[in-house]
Amino acid sequence: MTESLISYDDAIAAFDPAMGLEVHVELNTNTKMFCGCAVEFGAEPNTQTCPTCLGLPGSLPVINGRAVESAIRIGLALNCEIAAWCRMARKNYFYPDMPKNFQTSQYDEPIAFDGYLDVEVDGETFRVEIERAHMEEDTGKSLHVGGATGRIQGADYSLVDYNRAGIPLIEIVTRPITGAGAKAPAVAKAYVATLRDLLLGLDVSDVRMEQGSMRCDVNLSLAPKGSEVLGTRTETKNVNSLRSVERAARYEVSRQATLLTDGTSILQETRHWHEDTGVTTSGREKSDADDYRYFPEPDLVPVAPSREWVAELKAALPEPLRVKRARLQTDWGFTDLEMRDVVASDAVVLIEQTVAAGTTPQAARKWWVAELTRRANSDGVELTELPITPAQVAAIQALVDAGEINDKLARQVFEGVLAGEGEPAAVVASRGLAVVSDDGALGEAIDRAIEANPDVAEKIRDGKHAAAGALIGAVMKDMKGQADAGRVRELVLEKLT
Amino acid sequence: MSLLKKSAAELADMLAAGETTSVALTQAHLDQIAAVDGAVHAFLHVDTTGALAAAAASDARRAAGTPASALDGVPIAVKDVLATEGLPTTCGSKILEGWIPPYDSTVVAKLKAAGLPILGKTNMDEFAMGSSTEHSAYGPTHNPWDLDRIPGGSGGGSAAAVAAFEAPLAIGTDTGGSIRQPGAVTGTVGLKPTYGGISRYGLVAMANSLDQVGPVTRTVLDSALLHEVIGGYDPLDSTSINEPLAALADAARAGAAGDLSGVRVGVISELGGEGYQPGVQQRFDEAVALLVQAGAEIVEVSCPSFVHALAAYYLIMPSEASSNLARFDAMRYGLRVLPEGNDDPSAEDVMRASRDAGFGDEVKRRIILGTYALSSGYYDAYYGQAQKVRTLISQDFEAAFAKADVLVSPTAPTTAFKIGEKLDDPLAMYLNDVATIPANLAGIPGLSLPAGLAPEDGLPVGFQILAPALADDRLYRVGAALEALLEKQWGGALLDQAPTLNGSNA
Repeated sequence: MTESLISYDDAIAAFDPAMGLEVHVELNTNTKMFCGCAVEFGAEPNTQTCPTCLGLPGSLPVINGRAVESAIRIGLALNCEIAAWCRMARKNYFYPDMPKNFQTSQYDEPIAFDGYLDVEVDGETFRVEIERAHMEEDTGKSLHVGGATGRIQGADYSLVDYNRAGIPLIEIVTRPITGAGAKAPAVAKAYVATLRDLLLGLDVSDVRMEQGSMRCDVNLSLAPKGSEVLGTRTETKNVNSLRSVERAARYEVSRQATLLTDGTSILQETRHWHEDTGVTTSGREKSDADDYRYFPEPDLVPVAPSREWVAELKAALPEPLRVKRARLQTDWGFTDLEMRDVVASDAVVLIEQTVAAGTTPQAARKWWVAELTRRANSDGVELTELPITPAQVAAIQALVDAGEINDKLARQVFEGVLAGEGEPAAVVASRGLAVVSDDGALGEAIDRAIEANPDVAEKIRDGKHAAAGALIGAVMKDMKGQADAGRVRELVLEKLT
Repeated sequence: MSLLKKSAAELADMLAAGETTSVALTQAHLDQIAAVDGAVHAFLHVDTTGALAAAAASDARRAAGTPASALDGVPIAVKDVLATEGLPTTCGSKILEGWIPPYDSTVVAKLKAAGLPILGKTNMDEFAMGSSTEHSAYGPTHNPWDLDRIPGGSGGGSAAAVAAFEAPLAIGTDTGGSIRQPGAVTGTVGLKPTYGGISRYGLVAMANSLDQVGPVTRTVLDSALLHEVIGGYDPLDSTSINEPLAALADAARAGAAGDLSGVRVGVISELGGEGYQPGVQQRFDEAVALLVQAGAEIVEVSCPSFVHALAAYYLIMPSEASSNLARFDAMRYGLRVLPEGNDDPSAEDVMRASRDAGFGDEVKRRIILGTYALSSGYYDAYYGQAQKVRTLISQDFEAAFAKADVLVSPTAPTTAFKIGEKLDDPLAMYLNDVATIPANLAGIPGLSLPAGLAPEDGLPVGFQILAPALADDRLYRVGAALEALLEKQWGGALLDQAPTLNGSNA
């Protein structure tokens, strides 16, 4: 049905989107939300479990104090009020990966509420209002084996890994984002990216979307342009990369606009995002009448953080993102336009880490924003997902600075690292990319160039050093790029003056 | 006198004096179980090997002069609602048939650490839902006073085991009276502690905000001794109170002197009179008169909100239970039933078929009630309103305790009824707990002890004493005083008047 959708531009000309974003963040505590089990990612299935996170009869939860602290810090960083007294609640529904068939969460008493996060899109600031941030536990993970879709329907059998069950989660819910018009999907992406950087700065989560430690659900509805009434919304799940947040939102705008233009009403439902095909498909029908029979968790006592503690945590927060970005821009000497590109490329933290590894800000920017962003876009992945680290980028630049390779060779080193050929030095060695610094070989190439371009050589002899470029170019071509252009220039001038 | 008839305190003294061994004691009780439990059916599982091994270990400690506790070596029975590592734990339900917990509840861990050999697991109403033990999926327990009658519930197995001399001590749990009401109808002693006084870790929850573990014994002092073993703060239970336990056994010993001078005893006017069997009321009134003789001052107190207690209880308890019981879905443990006529059942189909086959009618009734009460649109009218009643009941207690140190009432409105008599009338069954439920709703401690036999049927009557939260020691003091005065009148323990069971060694 993709072909029959009306275009995004046509859709947005007729309708105003309203979005709500729900982001789940796995905290990086040492232990689970309600028991002492480890939370390490990628462990053997069902090795990080105990009676409590398996929901065995008789087991009881005890709340993780560090998780409460992280929740409060997140709330404060999002400019939220922190509840003086709140409770956990049971959200009752049946699913095999939920050991108790209820999720211990929060309902009408979230730990943090009424905040905001400012995000930037094309130099324009949008204020995203935060309705609440609440604490809950993660579910186990189902693996549906057999069947075409990998979903429970049609599977031959299913396996459940309870290692993830009980990992502390913070769910951050925005108020409806309206008034962003055509930029709504970009605002959504910028919000998730900004939120991720904020959480990284707080050191409360790994925020690895590809590993599921940060997950986003996109609620979206359309209203005819100028209408104040919100339309029927869909909730798109499984949106697990920054690009997907924007793509899924754009897709839903087109899809819903197509239906509405046809006079078909929107079904309130959960939809699944497919990264590969770039479409959403219908999931479970969902209505406001979904009844989770919430009630206060009787096995836990209320959480009542003292005002003194909250004030202490607030005083110890890292500098706000906007302040930090302004400082970094000054430190790095970037123009507004350069900084905007850095933000748009989602490269702030990567550049920060590369600079910390010894690279100049401009060089770091050049590689991340130009070279690697292009590569990420053509591969259809996030910049942060490229298999290269800031330390490796810094190592490549160090090789350039040492004259062992030049920028052109550096691009081949990037390719090698991205292709999994090892560390930069190993790639240089195995691909034989080192710059020829043997003056003998260079001298011969220069002689050949002078011989082939006698008129250029003459100009240089006459003192027109600017003409050297033509000879340098010829030498570089002769050397297949494996020469240091600066050294070639020195040798050319030495020979001819 | 046979070993079996001795109190746990006496047995502990004999062990300390080297007059008997734990192996001998444990074997005597295992023999008694073998002799009478066919008729009584107090036990769902007897752990002969484990109990004797624990007894031998206890004897070794005694021989080395390093007993683990005062009760080291005294055997005990545990209600089948507490998780026991390596021993079946069914909660009286088919849905947990065959489940062997991989962990010990805190109470069981404390019993083991204190050296008490565990004889086995006792019968109960399914998931502790009932007042007669008739709702056990494994068949009813019979009252040792009259095998045609119920032993109370839900902890009928623990009470009957103690009354039939199959165990000197037992563990019960009390959500609305499941320790105290069986105590009343079997002529035994049972105590529900202050909420948070004994860990709930490993207690398979019926209603988390009401459930408490407690001692089931034949004497008030034994309850206090056992309470000291199993009570106290547990970091694994967030609702556990982080305060040192009061000197409970000392309170019981002090009370046994029979002097209650200066103690103000409040008689709750709402719990008595109409609806109470005349013989129950008579024995209660006589016991109050004894308290006066011992120097207590009697005051009448009124708790007007108690009239709503049963209704509030039957909203809060099923609400919590409906959520607690959701985990029994055949996915991870317990019974798994495949739906008939379905070759390719989904997980949901299997859950449905297993829950249908695994839960009994009373459990289903409460799941339906609770699910309804928590549903959106009804929550405020039912669950929310019930919580308000709970607050009112706490306020009634507060006002009453301003006038009295302890409050008293009959434990149950009637003596033991016939098995089957109320099975088809859930409301009549629920009324058994009318006097015990307010304490659970308010989280305060309550004790039941025998007050004699009702003249009209010759069956035991229970006397309930209530105290403010954390004042469990008052129950032991007043209870031990009354027990001493009554036994003086009776010329011995009330259970001495119970009929001897066929084959009994007691």
